[in-house]
Amino acid sequence: MNRHLLSINDLTYEDAVLILDTAAELAKISDAPVKKLPTLRGRTVVNLFFEDSTRTRISFEAAAKRLSADVINFSAKGSSLSKGESLKDTALTLQAMGADAVIIRHGASGAPARLADQQWMTGSVINAGDGTHEHPTQALLDAFTIRKHLRPGQKDLSGLKVAIVGDVLHSRVARSNVLLLHKLGAIVTLVAPPTLLPVGVESWPVEIAFGLDLVVAKSDVVMMLRIQRERMADLFFPSEREYSRQFGLNGDRLKMMQPTALVMHPGPMNRGLEISADSADSLQSVIVEQVANGVSVRMAVLYLLLGGSPLSAENSKVLSDKVVI
Amino acid sequence: MTNVMNGADISRALRRIAHEIIERNRGSENLVILGIPTRGAFLSARVADLIAEIEEKPIRRGTLDITMFRDDLRMRAPKALLPTEIPLGGIEGTDLIIVDDVFFSGRTIRAALDALGEMGRPKTVQLAVLVDRGHRELPIRADFVGKNIPTSRDEIVKVHLTEIDGSDEVLIEGQR
Repeated sequence: MNRHLLSINDLTYEDAVLILDTAAELAKISDAPVKKLPTLRGRTVVNLFFEDSTRTRISFEAAAKRLSADVINFSAKGSSLSKGESLKDTALTLQAMGADAVIIRHGASGAPARLADQQWMTGSVINAGDGTHEHPTQALLDAFTIRKHLRPGQKDLSGLKVAIVGDVLHSRVARSNVLLLHKLGAIVTLVAPPTLLPVGVESWPVEIAFGLDLVVAKSDVVMMLRIQRERMADLFFPSEREYSRQFGLNGDRLKMMQPTALVMHPGPMNRGLEISADSADSLQSVIVEQVANGVSVRMAVLYLLLGGSPLSAENSKVLSDKVVI
Repeated sequence: MTNVMNGADISRALRRIAHEIIERNRGSENLVILGIPTRGAFLSARVADLIAEIEEKPIRRGTLDITMFRDDLRMRAPKALLPTEIPLGGIEGTDLIIVDDVFFSGRTIRAALDALGEMGRPKTVQLAVLVDRGHRELPIRADFVGKNIPTSRDEIVKVHLTEIDGSDEVLIEGQR
């Protein structure tokens, strides 16, 4: 494993499977009456969140605490960041405090990579979402949830058909998921209005469809993406009502799905826009379970990045089957 | 490479340990037997089968992975986790037997005791090992020993089991 987790491209196929297997063992511990492990005792993990977040930050915090690490939460509001402190000075401060890992969410794509590449700090950097680039732990927990339901006891997701629906353009979750699901052998179809697909999407390892009805019926997983109003300065579709009709998951489309197929959403949901309330709360929905699995997956990532010696982690493997997005 | 136990030696040792466990605990009602993966888990399954056969009733059994409880985690690359399976009913108030293959520094057993502490309070905890090679670094001892093998620190004791290695034997590698 690399010392940092910035992108799914930092992981080999073996690394990804190792994370999912480790998470599966750790999930059993989450069911036990006592949930604490002493593994990261004395290590300091900093949650550095420049953007708002509920589940990712809480999930990382819970994961670190269950491994007995000390957690420092650091959000842009209420810190010197709102006084205009630079990323570099923030990093130097964290280094001076002895942070062993920094979990960073930032509005600018590439901010975690900058934190990792400059020699500002010695700890591991974990990307918890940067701009419209990647959100690797979300993809890992999605893959974990899919594997648990549809490929129990197997290593990867070979042959599963996954539809990712909605605002692919602004979605870091979609980018990480495309890379990871492809790496694990799934067949990914993107469904979105052409205005919400990024430039260069034809070079991604995916199929593209512009109508949801055709895809829903033959998919094993339907993953809905949030319409990110905060990133939408321009008009990407005529009206929310029209988007919802064409690309939203509603009761009728839910009936068209295979009975074993899963409904997923990374949250937070816009109920009534990209997903109707009855779809979100249906038996096929694993949206709440995704959150629970997030803790196990993040425990696995923290253990595998921080649990071993710094020296052995340096011997990272050469990246293979790399797809550039 | 010296062969110090063959398949027959190993099965005789395990049979004796099974009898000793039953004798010490006056039956098997309150017993829970937990093996430490990888090879300790196979040995514990064999001992549990023997106890069940001798006492003619099933015995509660499981596995206990101690990776996350090791005190030398920082000195080596992170290892994949192995399965932990605690039998229904838990370990509270039971006479608990930990089974491992090679007993060396005692650090694995310390980690196992820590792991158990997170799960409940057994009435007693006893330790059964196939090979005791000495060189303890902690005040921990075994209750049931298959074979005491005096070794030097440089030697490597290898336990091979049919379940994963294809044959049953105990080997010593390094200078003798």
